Amino acid sequence: MRSDPADYELVAPGNLREVVALLAEEPGTWLAIAGGTDVMVQYAAGKLPARKLVSIWNLPELRRIEVIAGEVRIGAGCTYTDLRENETVGREFPLLVNAASWTGGIANQNRGTLGGNIVNASPAADSLPALLAYEAELILVSVRGERRVPYLDFHTDYKKTKLASDELIRDICLSRRFSDYFSYTRKVGARQAQAISKVCIAALGRLDGEKVEDVRIAVGSVAPVPLRLLETERIVQGKAIEPSLLLSAKKIAVAEIRPIDDIRSTMRYRSTVVGNLVAEFLERLGANGRTT
Amino acid sequence: MTTNISSGGRAKCELSFTVNGEMRTVRVHPMERLLDVLRQELALTGAKEGCGEGECGSCSVLMDGTLVNSCLVPILQAKSANIVTIEGLAAGEQLNCLQEAFLDFGGAQCGICTPGMILAASHLLQRNPQPSIDDIREGLSGNLCRCTGYVQIFEAVARAAHCRART
Repeated sequence: MRSDPADYELVAPGNLREVVALLAEEPGTWLAIAGGTDVMVQYAAGKLPARKLVSIWNLPELRRIEVIAGEVRIGAGCTYTDLRENETVGREFPLLVNAASWTGGIANQNRGTLGGNIVNASPAADSLPALLAYEAELILVSVRGERRVPYLDFHTDYKKTKLASDELIRDICLSRRFSDYFSYTRKVGARQAQAISKVCIAALGRLDGEKVEDVRIAVGSVAPVPLRLLETERIVQGKAIEPSLLLSAKKIAVAEIRPIDDIRSTMRYRSTVVGNLVAEFLERLGANGRTT
Repeated sequence: MTTNISSGGRAKCELSFTVNGEMRTVRVHPMERLLDVLRQELALTGAKEGCGEGECGSCSVLMDGTLVNSCLVPILQAKSANIVTIEGLAAGEQLNCLQEAFLDFGGAQCGICTPGMILAASHLLQRNPQPSIDDIREGLSGNLCRCTGYVQIFEAVARAAHCRART
């Protein structure tokens, strides 16, 4: 059943200060809408619970990419196209740019935002494993001030986050210390564009001689939240990449995830694929990741 | 409580934007979809509703030079924007290169996807005047066609790029 526009309120204050003031005035009442690629879908289907919406599309405070010494700060309102077109992001954060290029088609990339992807909190979102791999931090703002939180445990359960009802994500901060790491990412889905992933992975690593010096492995679509495989990372740390390590990494990775059967895939398929992707990452790291 | 808000609200409001080079003013609810305003208020029925959820691209239009799915744009966000629809591409009776090429190569069959395909192709050629076949496939990947099998469409876009380069 389609929604009646007369039942909905939409305002566009045009600056961040007024938006957070509105959120604070009636916490939990207002829903922020940026490019509408998720919110308008729910709206069209008559499934949007919020009746009051505040537009944050194109707010200048949210649509900038700031490059400073140790990190790159991406405004939450930057679109996938903004990410793909930014030279620094392209050079230093290939996992994120690849994920941006897999998200929807061009029209959705022109409207969908990184902040929106985080807040929508789909476990299948393509860009979120990349943020986990890069150990992103988020700057959240409200009338109470701002706070900086690690992205690692921002998602608390299926579609739940630590964002308070009066807060907005302002920036996604990415440390630049991984720029010389080997990076690996794959999306396994029915089709590259538009199709939602059955499994996706984003991983970073560096070798010290023959041994794994440091790795980050994150996966999507295989748990209620985008998931970093901390245990798998731990067991490969300091080890040489050889067949026995690949086997144990696969086993641990499969034990860390909590996949389900749904319309896109099955629990069994997802488990097998996650194991294979982790092994493929380690093999490629072994072949390419030696620091020179 | 929304009296301090500069624009929008629940009631119908008046807002203006440019459509195909002409300033238009409509009186609409702020959450109405750009697609519905184009089709119902402005009688521009070129943009089609396919899926209504941003998957098929048949409602694609250009908003301030970028390709968007008009079914996902609340009209308030189009306030003061510059919108181009399929109706704005031809100069009178003179079709543009893309439209001619779609005709020549059989890029349109039932026609539902065609306006969106042509706008997506136009957006691609603006940014990348000499696209490879892979670039064309990526540029049109958000636009679904159930008739042609896409080959004629890709050929038409390649021809249009060639024709634009010569003119």
